[in-house]
Amino acid sequence: MSGQPVRFFQVGSFAAGNRLLPPELRSVQSDATRANALTSGHRACQGCGEALGARYVLDTAMRATQGRLIAVNATGCLEVFTTPYPQTSWRVPWLHSLFANAASVATGVASALEAQGRSDVRVLAQAGDGGTVDIGFAALSGLFERNDDVLYVCYDNQAYMNTGVQRSGATPPAARTATTEAVGPEPGNPFGQGKNLPLIAMAHGIPYVATATVADLHDLEAKVFKAMSIHGARYLHVLVPCPLGWGSAPAATIELARLAKETGLFAVFESEHGELTASSPIRRPVPVEAYLRPQTRYRHLFDDAGEVGRPDVVARLQAMADANIARFDLLGGER
Amino acid sequence: MNELPFAISLEVGSSLANRTGSWRVERPRYLDRMPPCNDACPAGENVQRWLYLAEEGDYERAWRVLVEDNPMPAIMGRVCYRPCETACNRGQLDEAVGINAVERFLGDLAIERGWRLPEPAPDSGARVLVVGAGPGGLSATYHLRRLGHTVRLVEASSALGGMMRYGIPKYRLPRAALDAEVARITEMGVDVELGTPVRDLAGAMRAGGFDAAVLAVGAQLAHRAYIAAADSARVLDAVSLLRSMEGEEPPALGRRVVVYGGGDTAMDAARTARRLGATDAIVVYRRTREKMPAHDVEVEEAAEEGVVMKWLSTITQMEKGRLVLEKMALDEHGFPQPTGELEVLQADSVVLALGQDADLSLVGGLEDVVVRHGALEVGDDLMTGHPGVFGVGDATSAERTVTTAIGQGKAAARAAHAWLSGVPLERPTRHELATFELLNTWYYDDAPKTMRRRLEPARRTGTFDEVAVGLDESDALFEARRCLSCGNCFECDNCFGVCPDNAVIKLGTGRRYEFDFDYCKGCGICLQECPCGAIVMEPEEI
Repeated sequence: MSGQPVRFFQVGSFAAGNRLLPPELRSVQSDATRANALTSGHRACQGCGEALGARYVLDTAMRATQGRLIAVNATGCLEVFTTPYPQTSWRVPWLHSLFANAASVATGVASALEAQGRSDVRVLAQAGDGGTVDIGFAALSGLFERNDDVLYVCYDNQAYMNTGVQRSGATPPAARTATTEAVGPEPGNPFGQGKNLPLIAMAHGIPYVATATVADLHDLEAKVFKAMSIHGARYLHVLVPCPLGWGSAPAATIELARLAKETGLFAVFESEHGELTASSPIRRPVPVEAYLRPQTRYRHLFDDAGEVGRPDVVARLQAMADANIARFDLLGGER
Repeated sequence: MNELPFAISLEVGSSLANRTGSWRVERPRYLDRMPPCNDACPAGENVQRWLYLAEEGDYERAWRVLVEDNPMPAIMGRVCYRPCETACNRGQLDEAVGINAVERFLGDLAIERGWRLPEPAPDSGARVLVVGAGPGGLSATYHLRRLGHTVRLVEASSALGGMMRYGIPKYRLPRAALDAEVARITEMGVDVELGTPVRDLAGAMRAGGFDAAVLAVGAQLAHRAYIAAADSARVLDAVSLLRSMEGEEPPALGRRVVVYGGGDTAMDAARTARRLGATDAIVVYRRTREKMPAHDVEVEEAAEEGVVMKWLSTITQMEKGRLVLEKMALDEHGFPQPTGELEVLQADSVVLALGQDADLSLVGGLEDVVVRHGALEVGDDLMTGHPGVFGVGDATSAERTVTTAIGQGKAAARAAHAWLSGVPLERPTRHELATFELLNTWYYDDAPKTMRRRLEPARRTGTFDEVAVGLDESDALFEARRCLSCGNCFECDNCFGVCPDNAVIKLGTGRRYEFDFDYCKGCGICLQECPCGAIVMEPEEI
């Protein structure tokens, strides 16, 4: 055992930083001079995953472009809680037009920069899951098809939270929303519907598609850096838990994102030109129950004592997780 | 005012004007909690802190923090039974941090580099007599000297070290390490008197003009057991056997040696017998392995060296060359009871390791000092019934380990200092314990312990070479960096990174963080994602 390479086992590569790590190995978020592109005073709920995800992504993109970045925002929580007239939380050039057209506006900005010969300024479009998988889908598919030079980021909190938690095309099966109440033999959102936008993006064959969560900061930042090193249409899908819509404790936001990945329900992977190139393996495998139980949107699956009351539904969710594990090789080929 | 665009009535402002801190019903607070290693250390070491400094490779500062509490880390790094590692939270994750191995590394490095103990405080004018130069007496001497008191250290034997020299075999504690660390203490300006047993404490204190005394006389009187023995049976006690190992002539034990008893001393005696050429060393103990007072590591190492254990047996008769054993059975209270079943065992000699008492005849002249069951009775401040006379180590009823004695030496020195200064003894408030449940272990990488290399068993029994081999620097650094820093911020930047409201202010290396309560909404993500449990949420006072 002599001559062990000196590694940082105390925090490994999982915490934001470490006083013993050289600065280049620490996350952007650990840097006291980070851009704070989304600054304090915003009106997001306590423990908002989307506010966190947006700052992670934009601060990294700002670092990658030396601050030469224009952000385009769709309608949604992110737009509403950051820009109540006349205040703004954005410390980056930022445009908002309509719910459906963030991709089109971003294309326009990119085209205008190209026309001006400004190859140094990059464009990032961002939206929630509603503005991406439902309302803005046509414009986004067009952006992909034209391979416009835009990084499009979807912050997926799995429903229309800002207007009162209505179902979106990204709402998972069995989840209670205001429009999929927990009643009847199949309570909550039905199985077999909805859209997996990362896979749809891959089907467009664009240069780069990746998924990430707010629970793995280093992974998320690496994917933004990688996306910003590529030109053409790029798509990043970030899972951002929502305490309000998911019925979870504000403090549990990151823990739930971690559990979504560790159960296999949310696959974290990367793809280039339509081919799967990498997936993040599960580190501490857990059954889906561990992820479902802390969320009141799944409360109807458990009885008052917290025991599984609908084993049939939980088994179907577990089967979805198992299918992801097999499809994306999330256990490193062990299964 | 600038001309505003069409339909715009207000200028753009920043959301910083919106103090979201007013939403808060709970507020986070940074705190230090008691790491389990520190909590468990009988010597009161600040283990977490010196590991923290060792992680940075700043070994000298780490050693300086260590010797604030314990002036003998090279010794402790060899002979301590490591309650810290038993308590270590990392043990619930993969394996406990090898604290003891790092301590030994620091201790050995200090000897190699010649680091000196801190300078004593200016002379206090008080004179303290320390009786006995074992771990307790040496520790008391060190701490009393640091506080500026004049110390006379009186020892009955011809060398310093007490049971560390005359009880612990060389294969566990090489004498070079012992000599170096003892010399470093006496170099602080200690008046040492060797070969001088104190027979009358009151007289000695009067004659020397001492204001206080610390009794660290140890426990050397071996317990005897009544066993019918023929005159020709070769019987000796373990204390004498181990003590004689420091002399010129090792005792002749023969080829088959039986050790009677189940404590660490019994293990040391059996292992010593193997090294003196016994082909068979058999430990006879009246209860079971689970009830045995010896520490696991000693039992395991003894077994590796070929020492055989006979549980649930007592010796009823000894003759030349043979013993009669009686089988025992545990009753419902867990006490061994005779079964009447006898067994004959061949043995050339028998070593009795049945426990020891302290020789406390020196306090005979002090009527207010109470001796009970062969031990000094002391209060919480380690003071005996006689004002200004303190008792530490094996002479009290404390757990009889080097570590406990060192801790008591420190405690007695501080109590004596308070008593001499005429002020009440101040005890620092103990922080609440940093339990495993308070940690978020996700952030710690998986890192199994660096196994400490040990001498091959086959090579051990022929020599008194040290069994455990020390760590080299990269192993020690690796081991230190496995520390989870339970309950104490180690500046991982997680709270700064995970706050959705940018309400954590990073103050720079070594200065940790503070909350910006203008914007903190009190969501508690910082607490949830703090790896080491150094944040607490408290209700907001409205």
